[in-house]
Amino acid sequence: MSTSGFSGLFLLRDRRIREVAYQVVCIAAVVAIGWYLFQNAAANLARQDIATGFDYLSREAGFIISETPIDYQPSDSYGRALLVGLLNTLTVALLAIVLGTVVGTLVGIARLSKNPLLSRLMLAYVEALRNVPLLLYLFLWYSAIIFTLPPVKQAIALLPGVFVSNSGLVVPAIVWHSGFWTVIAAIAAGVVAAFAWRTVATRRRIATGKAVPGWPVSLTLLVLPFVIAIAVFDIRFEFDWPELGRFRLTGGAHLKPEFVALLLGLTLSASATVAEIVRSGILAIGKGQREAAQALGLSSGRTMRLVILPQALRVIVPPLTNIYVTTFKNSSLAIAIGYPDLVMVSNTIMNQTGQAMEPIALFMLVYLGLSLATSLLMNWYNARVALQGR
Amino acid sequence: MKISVRACRLAAGVLLLCSTAIAAQAATTLETVKARGKLICGVSMGTTGFALADAQGKFAGFDVDVCRAIASAVFGDPTKIDFVLTNINTRFQSLQSGEIDVLSRQTTMTYSREASLGIDFGPTVFYDGQGLMVAKSLEVASAKDLDGAAICTLPGTTTAQNLADFFRATGKKFELVVFENPDENNNAFFSGRCDAVSSDRSDLASIRAASKSPNDYLVLPETISKEPLAPAVRQNDSNWRDIVSWSVWTMMAAEEKGITQANVEEKLKSEDPEVQRMLGITDELGTMLGLDKAFGYNIIKNVGNYAEVFDRNLGEQTALGLSRGPNAQWNNGGLLYAPPFR
Repeated sequence: MSTSGFSGLFLLRDRRIREVAYQVVCIAAVVAIGWYLFQNAAANLARQDIATGFDYLSREAGFIISETPIDYQPSDSYGRALLVGLLNTLTVALLAIVLGTVVGTLVGIARLSKNPLLSRLMLAYVEALRNVPLLLYLFLWYSAIIFTLPPVKQAIALLPGVFVSNSGLVVPAIVWHSGFWTVIAAIAAGVVAAFAWRTVATRRRIATGKAVPGWPVSLTLLVLPFVIAIAVFDIRFEFDWPELGRFRLTGGAHLKPEFVALLLGLTLSASATVAEIVRSGILAIGKGQREAAQALGLSSGRTMRLVILPQALRVIVPPLTNIYVTTFKNSSLAIAIGYPDLVMVSNTIMNQTGQAMEPIALFMLVYLGLSLATSLLMNWYNARVALQGR
Repeated sequence: MKISVRACRLAAGVLLLCSTAIAAQAATTLETVKARGKLICGVSMGTTGFALADAQGKFAGFDVDVCRAIASAVFGDPTKIDFVLTNINTRFQSLQSGEIDVLSRQTTMTYSREASLGIDFGPTVFYDGQGLMVAKSLEVASAKDLDGAAICTLPGTTTAQNLADFFRATGKKFELVVFENPDENNNAFFSGRCDAVSSDRSDLASIRAASKSPNDYLVLPETISKEPLAPAVRQNDSNWRDIVSWSVWTMMAAEEKGITQANVEEKLKSEDPEVQRMLGITDELGTMLGLDKAFGYNIIKNVGNYAEVFDRNLGEQTALGLSRGPNAQWNNGGLLYAPPFR
């Protein structure tokens, strides 16, 4: 045995060095393989004369998108089309996350109700939604909308100016001539003031032990800035009433069936899982807590709101991250029912440019980014609600 | 630590797979197909008249018959084929990666596809164009009347772009709803979610034929794009491209020369020197491409001439009920023009 071989082996006998060495070798291997695959793909594409690169992003897109949260025309670039898709993905996923959490929490609490009818009903809700693939539900909701509601020519008028048909819900739109941002600012100021008052009121009540008027003041604070804004500033707007055109309802604001079906599917799917998480969180809180709260004379609603749920959050928040990340990823099923999300726009671009790898790489990166951002945000929130040692 | 070791093993496995896949691609397509004993043909996922499997799993259709002609040219046997259903989004990747030998799937030949996708197109087998279909009850006579209408379509090809171009050129607006899946697309149209559906005219005929009451729907007269449908092969294998091209031209030339599936035996005794060359009686045209000298005879015997293939799958007697239109012979007011066999 040579000296150098001996010293190498000797180093490997140290557990810490060995662990680091394995990691280094493994990472190097993964990077090398990744590099090899990338080079291989690039070489193959070049050999077959297949266009590569991201030059196409600045070229004219030339197709229209049915839902555009920002201004977009066919003469805009592929890059802007992708941005529209991304915003659509964000809109539907964020709404589904918020609604799914609210509905799921209610279902989770109802699931533990002493009323057997309610708890069984909620059990059926959760099981039915969790055990059938989301894609099938999307087809179901979409077909339900387009086949049960009448075509747009026979649209049902729910209220004057509010129409529902298989082309979606149409309501009068508000067209602002001036003062749009004033109104937004007034509403924001109202919300901030109401929250601030609530915090102050709670603190004062804890400090003095006396009841402080809560919601009447909050409500006043919420509405007051809005009323002042209307009275003081020059705010002009008018309603754009929907009318039946040659084919469609023109004017007004449209809520398309593709969006509704996708939102419904994502929300219900998320709510079923949230319900189970909330239930497990509540069950994790010791019986003694509930009994102590009742001994203090708290109603069952207040027991849940003030004692059980705040503690249950510690159990609930970490798994919620998974649901939120899943909802973002599931929103890519939009393509099945014609909602123009990021994947659908990318698909159209792939068809037009013939370049598949780049759009796929782009939307994979976007989903990865969204998932990581969600995780970070939820970890931050979790650290806030976690039990803090004093 | 356990996980990372496992990951390394997995990665090593992937690496091995990749290197074998690369090694397998060195031979020419004809050699690969002959060695395999089967042609692998990429077709669409169920389009009436073009490629559709019946209850027994037997494929039939216009695109399928193009595949059968190529298999007849290579093997003298139209059944030595594996059909692969290709997705509209990944069809070119299937071809580029070598998963299929030829793509016969209502695919439009365009400049950028030939120039940037690493593929070559054979001759146009069907001159198509994008059109629009509406319910007759809408009382629309022209696509120009569709201002403000909602139009359903599949994400395929440049359908969305052609529509946008057409409406931009006429200064009209429309709402576009794009579906990944043909069934959802058709449902949305038939339910009235959309006022019109847009696709290649042959495809519209197919959608119409599949509806409950085809007579309630009308394909509008405008053709808003040129869609020459052609089979495609991988680039830089000119022998294979020749085989695909001349298999198609054999069917077209056979119609011109009046050779049919039924009379091909008789025509073996024909005095026409070009017919003799096509059927492999004189000369050995087939061997120049590495095929049997009777490849032309085999194609006509097994599949028939262009007219027979068209009538059987798309013609007036079928559910699609298409007339020949531009797909007639050059000497009959159409665009089919097979180069000479000599």
